[in-house]
Amino acid sequence: MNNPLLVVDHLNVTFNHKQTVVDDISFEIHAGETFALVGESGSGKSITALSVLRLLPNNARLNAEAISLHGDNLLGRSEFELCKIRGRRIGFIFQDPMSSLNPVMTIGSQIEEVIKLHFNLPRDAVKQRALELLQQVELPEPQQRINDYPHQLSGGQRQRVMIAIALAGQPDLLIADEPTTSLDVTIQAQILALLKNIQQQTGMALWLISHDLALVSTIADRVAVMQQGKIVETGLTSEFFNRPKHPYTRKLLNALPSMQSCLMHSVEEKPPLLQVSDFYCHYPIRKGLFKRVVDYVRAVDGVSFDIQQGKTLALVGESGCGKTTLGKSLLNLIPGSGRVVINGVELNALSGEALRRQRANIQIVFQDPFSSMNPRMLVGDIIAEGIRALHPEVSSEQRKARVRQLLQQVGLPEDSALRYPHEFSGGQRQRICIARALAVDPKLIVCDEPTSALDVSVQAQIIQLLKTLQREKGVSYLFITHDLAVVAEIADDVAVMYRGKIIEQGSVADVLTRPKQAYTKKLLAAVPVLKTDH
Amino acid sequence: MVVLWTDALIYLLIVVILALGLHLRGKEHIKRPLQQIGRSKIGMVSLVVLLFFVLIGLLDSVHFKPTDDTKNEIISLLDYWATPLREHGEKTYSAPFATKLYSKEMIAMPDGSMQWGYPRLEFGGRHLNNPEMEKIPDILQKALYGLAQGASLIVFFMLLMWGLLAEQHKRLMLSSTAKTVLAVVFVIVSFSYALIYLSPYYHVFGTDKVGEDVFYQAVKSIRTGLVIGTLTTLIMLPMAIIFGILAGFFRGWVDDVIQYIYTTLNSIPGVLLIAASILMVQVYMASHESDFTSVIVRADTRLLFLCMILGVTSWTGLCRLLRAETLKLREMEYVQAASALGVKQGAILLRHILPNVMHIVLISVVLDFSSLVLAEAVLSYINIGVDPTSYSWGNMINGARLEMAREPIVWWSLTAAFVFMFALVLAANLFADVVQDAFDPRRSGNE
Repeated sequence: MNNPLLVVDHLNVTFNHKQTVVDDISFEIHAGETFALVGESGSGKSITALSVLRLLPNNARLNAEAISLHGDNLLGRSEFELCKIRGRRIGFIFQDPMSSLNPVMTIGSQIEEVIKLHFNLPRDAVKQRALELLQQVELPEPQQRINDYPHQLSGGQRQRVMIAIALAGQPDLLIADEPTTSLDVTIQAQILALLKNIQQQTGMALWLISHDLALVSTIADRVAVMQQGKIVETGLTSEFFNRPKHPYTRKLLNALPSMQSCLMHSVEEKPPLLQVSDFYCHYPIRKGLFKRVVDYVRAVDGVSFDIQQGKTLALVGESGCGKTTLGKSLLNLIPGSGRVVINGVELNALSGEALRRQRANIQIVFQDPFSSMNPRMLVGDIIAEGIRALHPEVSSEQRKARVRQLLQQVGLPEDSALRYPHEFSGGQRQRICIARALAVDPKLIVCDEPTSALDVSVQAQIIQLLKTLQREKGVSYLFITHDLAVVAEIADDVAVMYRGKIIEQGSVADVLTRPKQAYTKKLLAAVPVLKTDH
Repeated sequence: MVVLWTDALIYLLIVVILALGLHLRGKEHIKRPLQQIGRSKIGMVSLVVLLFFVLIGLLDSVHFKPTDDTKNEIISLLDYWATPLREHGEKTYSAPFATKLYSKEMIAMPDGSMQWGYPRLEFGGRHLNNPEMEKIPDILQKALYGLAQGASLIVFFMLLMWGLLAEQHKRLMLSSTAKTVLAVVFVIVSFSYALIYLSPYYHVFGTDKVGEDVFYQAVKSIRTGLVIGTLTTLIMLPMAIIFGILAGFFRGWVDDVIQYIYTTLNSIPGVLLIAASILMVQVYMASHESDFTSVIVRADTRLLFLCMILGVTSWTGLCRLLRAETLKLREMEYVQAASALGVKQGAILLRHILPNVMHIVLISVVLDFSSLVLAEAVLSYINIGVDPTSYSWGNMINGARLEMAREPIVWWSLTAAFVFMFALVLAANLFADVVQDAFDPRRSGNE
């Protein structure tokens, strides 16, 4: 491979003339290979891809020695000429299949639009080609599906349509920007297999942009790691994962949660803190003039489980299986029915003031650290809110002292109390949310995917913090997640949820190493595991 | 001093705005957009123009009975300073800067004979002996003199300010926005000084049918426009905020009731409601004549009721917006976290919902202001607006209906009303744009 397909030479991108996002990077991609660009959020990997197609936002300045495709420098090309290259020679798949498709056009016409743009074909041939593409991306029943609108498809199917659109121009290079981040594990595995398969059929090069090292290790030929706009290490996949040279790469690899860690957990029995039995959460579907209830959405359909004191139960399942609904309805944020006993008090029998008093026992930490804090309140007030509501007798001096203590416990400086949430990074915000939950001394904290919006290294820190707090305070967690590797790191017990029901539960070692149900096995098989030759 | 109803409400409004300003001082989420407005040239220039209008409106809102006056008349500070304008009434129409009437009359000549011609004005250009020759040089001289006086006054004040300023403020004054603002202040002050200087000698915008100075009418109309724009908002805001937030937050039957109310209100033509209530007020005033002794009190009552009924008919739009936003906010995780912490619902509404819809309130208040000023003009045009005796741009435009049909045409009333209204509404709209950009989190991108 002496003639590289794409060469990027000394690329610089700055925003508003001062903020350097991409800092003097050079790399090349050869025909037919899979090149992976890995980095944490904000490291400039998406901007690098966009600058190759010159699709940067208006306030960005691009500066490079050369960006050439087949030895043809794209930098000197006009916007008009670039339009012929975009989609035709370089295809692009975006991260979010929900917002990348036009909701008012059928998927067929969206694919045909691209074909018509690049090839001069008669109408029948265009239609035929669109159908072929849908077959190529393995969309079931392409004949019928071609006239569907995007909302009629699932997330994975939409991503397949996106890939079909990207393939429509028969590109030499396919750029996939986090193609599977918003998808479930099992779908993620299917999409990756599909990409690999298509690559083998067509012989195009694949440029994969991802934050997920484990995923990259299964698919890429060569890997480059980006940190703060610079490429810190490039290498063949086999060498890279076995002998990482740069300290940052080593840090990233160490931060990866590993499935092996589950074997080290103790199995000592403790008295149960929370007992849930026969818990239901049904939403009525109302129809017609008088809003008659015609059916129910069975979000949570009769689950029973216990959580022991000072232990962690992980609730695992794919999106839409009802795990978040269950977590929220345990806190009475969503109405549910069934027996919930915490610390000997039956929560369902309570209402009004008595329920408000018991709120201190269960707290919640949400997934999105950006929407879970009021942007108009100071961090100190956010943390103190629970104390004010449940213990109005506490003086403001004591409250301030408590806030300082909490901030220190979650590893934030004391002066954070006088700042606003938007001044903090995602990981720091999650720490604030944990401090807010801890403020009322809860016995149980429901953690609703607390790390899935965070980078790997930050995720590892937050999990470490949660573990430390559990050791010190003896608090229990109901840890809701879709990431089985994280489960192995933190949980003592696991419950696997599927379509509103718990289909398998047991100790973490049992479930992860000796799964009984077929669904659990499928989930485990789909988790990308770091490939290293030991 | 006499305090009319609208005056009292204006004072109340100023107190509320000051209190709000003090309360929000130092709050980061308010300070940042305000700084953005402060950096915008258009925003600051339109703010200066708006403040100039507000200043005139405020001067016109301090009413008193002059001690030396035998007539039972209530005048404002503005009237007091504009006494020459107010009392220099002619017989009928006269063009801007004219020295003679606009229509021919029988004139008594010095020798006792009568002649058909254009008589000299009683006040406009009275100091001139030979108007044909002297008028234009005299106008230019007086205008230049006024401009020079105004310019030197403002330069004096700027230098004084410069001397008193601390070092770090001086650097602030050298920024390009501050320079633009100072330039605009300079232009406004020197031009208005020139107008003030000219107006005792000439009718700068001419006179109307009964010989009243049009410039005076246009300036007096500022208060009416501002009162309608602001007081209506004051009446509309509590209804829109309370109903909108309650409907969005509690849903269920509360939402049903509130939606029912505003859908019903929306389906009644607003003009009909306004006409009905204005007629009711007129009937009430006619049957209680002893309570409404002076013309100005009567006009003021009608103005107040117009504001109220405009407020009652115009809260639905904002209410709908706030309901939608609250529906979105109540599902936000911080609201759920608060209820998981056992915070009471009232506290959630006040601490979590209200501050997060304030940007919508602010944007729509500024946007509504200009449309209300225009609404007054339209309503007065069809005779259900302010009292025909009170000064308003709507009344001036209404009067222009007949003037436009005259031959030769009388254009200055309409033009004056148009120029003033245009300046105010344009400034308000430009300011609204800047406010919207600054407070919309999606556009400023800081949240």
